Amino acid sequence: MDCLKSACTGKFGFETAIEMVTLSNITKTYNKGVVKAVTDVSFTVEAGELFGLIGPDGAGKSSIFRILATLLRADSGQATVAGYDVVSGYRHIRNQVGYMPGRFSLYQDLTVEENIRFFATVFNTTVAKNYHLIEDIYVQLEPFKKRRAGKLSGGMKQKLALCCALIHKPTVLFLDEPTTGVDPVSRKELWEILRQLKKQGITVVVSTPYMDEAAICDRIALIQHGKILSIDSPEGIISTYPGVLYAVKAADMPRVNQVLATHEPPFTGYIFGEYIHVDSQGAASRDAATDLRNVLTKAGLRDIEVKPITPTIEDCFIKMLTT
Amino acid sequence: MGCFINWRGKQKTVDSYQLKEVKQFATFVKKEFLHVLRDRRTLFILIGMPIAQILIFGFALTNEIKNTRIAIIDHAKDNASRHLIGRIAASNYFRIQEDIMDEDRLETAFQTSDIKLALVFPANFEDNLSRQHHAQVQVIADASDPNSATTLTNYISAIIRDYQVELSGQMPLPYQITPQIRMLYNPQLRGAPNFVPGVIALVLMLVSVMMTAISIVKEKETGTMEVLLVSPFKPVWVILSKTVPYLLLSLVNVLSIVLMSVFVLQVPVEGNWLLLFAESALFIITCLTLGIFISIKTKTQQVAMLVSLMGMLLPTVMFSGFMFPIENMPVLLQWISNIVPAKWFYSIVKSIMIKGVGIEGVWKETAILCGITLILFVVSLKSFKIRLE
Repeated sequence: MDCLKSACTGKFGFETAIEMVTLSNITKTYNKGVVKAVTDVSFTVEAGELFGLIGPDGAGKSSIFRILATLLRADSGQATVAGYDVVSGYRHIRNQVGYMPGRFSLYQDLTVEENIRFFATVFNTTVAKNYHLIEDIYVQLEPFKKRRAGKLSGGMKQKLALCCALIHKPTVLFLDEPTTGVDPVSRKELWEILRQLKKQGITVVVSTPYMDEAAICDRIALIQHGKILSIDSPEGIISTYPGVLYAVKAADMPRVNQVLATHEPPFTGYIFGEYIHVDSQGAASRDAATDLRNVLTKAGLRDIEVKPITPTIEDCFIKMLTT
Repeated sequence: MGCFINWRGKQKTVDSYQLKEVKQFATFVKKEFLHVLRDRRTLFILIGMPIAQILIFGFALTNEIKNTRIAIIDHAKDNASRHLIGRIAASNYFRIQEDIMDEDRLETAFQTSDIKLALVFPANFEDNLSRQHHAQVQVIADASDPNSATTLTNYISAIIRDYQVELSGQMPLPYQITPQIRMLYNPQLRGAPNFVPGVIALVLMLVSVMMTAISIVKEKETGTMEVLLVSPFKPVWVILSKTVPYLLLSLVNVLSIVLMSVFVLQVPVEGNWLLLFAESALFIITCLTLGIFISIKTKTQQVAMLVSLMGMLLPTVMFSGFMFPIENMPVLLQWISNIVPAKWFYSIVKSIMIKGVGIEGVWKETAILCGITLILFVVSLKSFKIRLE
């Protein structure tokens, strides 16, 4: 079996772009077809890529992860991980991938240290052997190594889970919403860790409901209702945004919102931080900025600010949902 | 020579492979022990429960007659009545409440359950006996519990009859048939020898079936099974490792029950201790595989617990012969009782502990238990899910 594995990695080693994860026309339903979780999803992840599945809760992200982690069988379609079919080659895949479920799934009554040691042995390795992989994370956990996992904070729990998923030096790492329920500082740290892992040559497939995190990925797939809306690099997705997006601000924000919505034809806008983002499409003339300014001045609003902006991933996502 | 080296090399990889497996298993077992030891409250209950049960069955829930409080109202106060009272007092069955001396207080004493039985000697008891060869004693029993009332009156009548036989011994009757009754294995008809095997079966059932079932389902419920599945682990190791701590815990329980029964309840082990423990270990393994089977078929800890309690504990109490004699049941229920492992174990323990039988007397029951275990184990292993479905 060892021979087989080395032969495979050897074969792949000479190629430049290796498909580490492939899905073709994957469909998954629950309750005998009543609930459609994933519909006809296809994408590939290349070796060494940091790939993000971005979508709201219930979009089907976890189902895709479970299919790739060999935990669920798809109703139809094929998927491979590290060259093995997820159904027939599940044993090989389980040997070399790291999987971190969306829910904290370590032993709460075991300490930090005991959890890591346990998973190291389960994967036939030792903590010392792959310490370099988890070192950056583990130094933060070290002060709590005698603490039971159940008593850790949300961020620490996720870091521990990541340690346990990494301890056997997986070729592919599947992380299902690692930053959900984690404070902003720890979220940033976790993403920094993922970037480091990518540098070590580990392919990372990660999902998140937070659009702002998407920009860190090499490529992202936007997913909604079990269907993929778009797959590209974050820059690519932003560059394909149709039209121009304006950020609008004035003294009386609720009124701005009201004016824009009741205008005929209505501007499509939504509150984004302190601004309202307004899409240029549907505007009467080509100079939407002037239009907007006129409309708002006519309504008697003061301190009007209208500026064209580069859309964020979230803007793109909203745009895709509305069209 | 080359061949030799090859052979050696191959041997080495096999060894290291096996070593890995052993190491994995050891880690799993260690983890299971940590789970059991860290849940102090449950552990305390598991170890304390058999001791409590033995004490409850031994002293509180017993249906044998021991130190039952009775009242004696003696209007005769002559030699004969004193003799008879002396005999009753000398038996271990009754304790005479000295403070109740007249009929007026009897009613209240019965109502407050101070006494279960009262004996009234009329005046001229000895006179009637010696002159008319006929005397009467009134026996009043509290029949709110009909079984114990019957038993008590039987005991009292027996003592009186004994005394009568002794008296008439001086003037022999023309014909006499005396049935010579021998109560084998338990001549004093004590309850303890009967329930100790029952308690062992009950406790083992509870600890082994329920705890194993819960501990595997727990891994499903908390999501740790999801992580474990995406690893090179073998289902058989996980299953076996779950059983090790409970096997040890159950053996400790058997030991504590047997020690309690020998030293506190004075029920000795007539047969071989080693055989008793070997058979207990076999029954524990049967229970553990049952627990595993339940855990594989259920999804939540609550369901696993309910199934273990309703599906396993109840039949153990009903069909093991411990509480209700199987011979008195309808044929259909007798048939069902055959698939209850506790029935066979109960019979084995009774044979070893009380009758002092060796393996030659219990081989049939042993073989049946082995068979049930084997079937359950194979079915469990086959139905272990390698995916989340």
